[in-house]
Parts: sequence; structure tokens; C-alpha cells
Amino acid sequence: MKTDKKTNSHLYWNPYYGGFLLGIIIIFTFYLTGRGLGASGAMKSSVVTIVDEVAPTHAENNAYYSKFIKEDDTPMNTWLVFETLGVLIGAFISGSLNNRIKWRVQHSPKITSRRRLVFALAGGILFGLGAQIARGCTSGAALSGMAVLSTGGFITMLAIFGSAYAFAYFFRKNWI
Amino acid sequence: MGPLIPNGLIPMEWDSIIAIIIGIAFGFVLEASGFSSSRKLAGVFYGYDFAVLKVFFTAAAVSVIGIYYMDYLGYLDINQLYVHPTYLWAAIIGGIIMGIGFVAGGFCPGTSLCAVAIGKLDAWVYVGGIMIGVFVFSELYSFFEPIYNGYFLGNITLVDSFGWNPYWVIFIFSIIAIVAFVVSDVVRKKVKKVFYS
Repeated sequence: MKTDKKTNSHLYWNPYYGGFLLGIIIIFTFYLTGRGLGASGAMKSSVVTIVDEVAPTHAENNAYYSKFIKEDDTPMNTWLVFETLGVLIGAFISGSLNNRIKWRVQHSPKITSRRRLVFALAGGILFGLGAQIARGCTSGAALSGMAVLSTGGFITMLAIFGSAYAFAYFFRKNWI
Repeated sequence: MGPLIPNGLIPMEWDSIIAIIIGIAFGFVLEASGFSSSRKLAGVFYGYDFAVLKVFFTAAAVSVIGIYYMDYLGYLDINQLYVHPTYLWAAIIGGIIMGIGFVAGGFCPGTSLCAVAIGKLDAWVYVGGIMIGVFVFSELYSFFEPIYNGYFLGNITLVDSFGWNPYWVIFIFSIIAIVAFVVSDVVRKKVKKVFYS
């Protein structure tokens, strides 16, 4: 990735431009499908599919997995799974155009790759757990919720950012 | 009148194709805005980069203005749109847990997918973590169930909750967003710069 060390410019889009286009995409999504965007939903479908393959009886007896298991279809056949495939393709195209495709672990020079990966794993576990409790993540609950003035969407957004600011002090070594 | 697919104006068969196309646009915009970099994302919590705040709140303001405007013009029936349900304590507790995950891991699920697509191994690990988190929740579902299904207030909006006029809510929300953008620029100038690549 080309980086101008003096200006800290990473050749990313102006955030207002990106935000404006993202807003247009959300409007378009609601106009076409009547629903918003999502991201954690596809990961939930993947987990349900894996558990259903490995231990079908266990999955059917579990009150949570069984909500998403269909009689004659795979749990992967959902709108959000297709949307997520699109996200991977879209991000890959943007990364390719800007020469950002590279296998690497990105971390602050003050910490090791190993530490970064441990915290990434722990952060992912917490986010996955929280997103199930709140029925959606930053995309599905907060952003798509706020687009239709959902009370729950605003509460989740405030809780995510409020908590991240409150706990930022404890994780500062990883970032600054 | 929209939404087009639920009203049968676009056949259901197009649903998955449209999902992929919308996903491509979503992923492209997130990646191009720098959301595949955890160090850029985390900047919002330490004051050295406010891209998350700017992209997120610009998108929220644009989308809510656009949706209400299309409803006003008669292109879209806002009453047919899916409103994310409000389970009061689930939204608060889930959000708090997600916030810790965000600042610990430097991604949220959507941004981690963008980073996965460009080969960030930390994002691959993060997505693995999310799947473990989903697994833990599902296995302990009976423990979380009272919070997950409790305190249900319905698929309500701020208009239902407080009786506010939606146009004033949107106007004030937009003003708050603009003030936050100005403040964030002031803060960023005072905070020690962090360089990353």
C-alpha cells in the first residue's frame, strides 16, 4: 500500500463522499427489498450450517439453531449470505484497484503480530456474542435501524460507541 | 410504489442477484473509504482518525433523509419497511459487548469482511472469533434467552416511542452530525498523530 508518511494520506476516499454513497446504497436497498443491510447475519448462517452438518440432532434440539434450519433448504440460502458474498467481491475489487491486496497482519509497531491476533480473536468473539444478543451488528442493527428511525437501532448505536469509548483506555497500547 | 420486491414490482427471483449487486456496492464503498484498516477504524476511539464517525453518520443522515423524502414524494411506503425491533436490554447489553469487541479487535463484522477480502490475516482471525461468539451464544441460548426475548417494546421508531415529529428528528439528527464533524476536526488537530500503513 502506498502511504505518504508526511501527510498520513492513504489514498482513501473522502469520508463524506464514502458516507454519502453508503447512504444512497441504504436508500436503494430499502427501496428494492424493504429491508436494510447486514453483515453478521451471514456468519450466523455459516455457524448454523456447520453445526447442522456436524451434529444435526443437536442443532434441531437447540432452540436457537432450529430457528434458522429449513426443512428442504440449506440455512445458507438467505439474502444476507448473498449480500455478504457481494461485500467480499466489492472490497476485493476496490482493494485491487488500489494495490491493497496482500497477505499480512496489520498492527501497531509497538505490539507483536501475535498480540494483535489474540486481541482480534477475543474482539471477534465478543462482537459475535453481542451481535446475537442485540439481533444485529453495526450494519444490521445500528445503521439500517437508524435509517428508519428504529428506537432499538439508536440504542444499539449509542451502546456500541459509548462502550467502545469507555473501554478504549484499556486497549490503548494496541493502537496508539 | 416501493419497496419494489415485497410489492411484486420486481419478481422474487431477482432477490439473490440484487443481494449480490448491493453487496458489491457496499463492500466497494467500505473498502475505498479505508474501512479495511483496523488502525484507521480504531482512530475514532483515540481521536487520530474520525473516518468511522464521518462515514457512519453521513450515511445515516443521507439514508434517513432519502427514505423519508421518497415516502413524502410517494415513491416508497415507509410503513412497509422493516423496522429493527426494540428489545431494550438486549440492545443495551449486546451493544456494550460489541463496543468492547470493536475496540479490542479493531473491526466490526462488515469492515472485517472487507479486510478479509484484501488479505488481512487479523481480519480472518476476527471473523473466526465472530463465529465462535455466535456458537457460544447458541450453545448457551437458554442462559441468554430472558434478555434476548425480554423487554420487547415492538418494532418501534423514535416517532412511536416519544411522539416526536419525524422531520424534526431528522433535522436535529443532521445538525448533531454536523456539529460532531466540526468537533472531531478540532479534536484531531490536538491529538498526537498516529502513522500507519
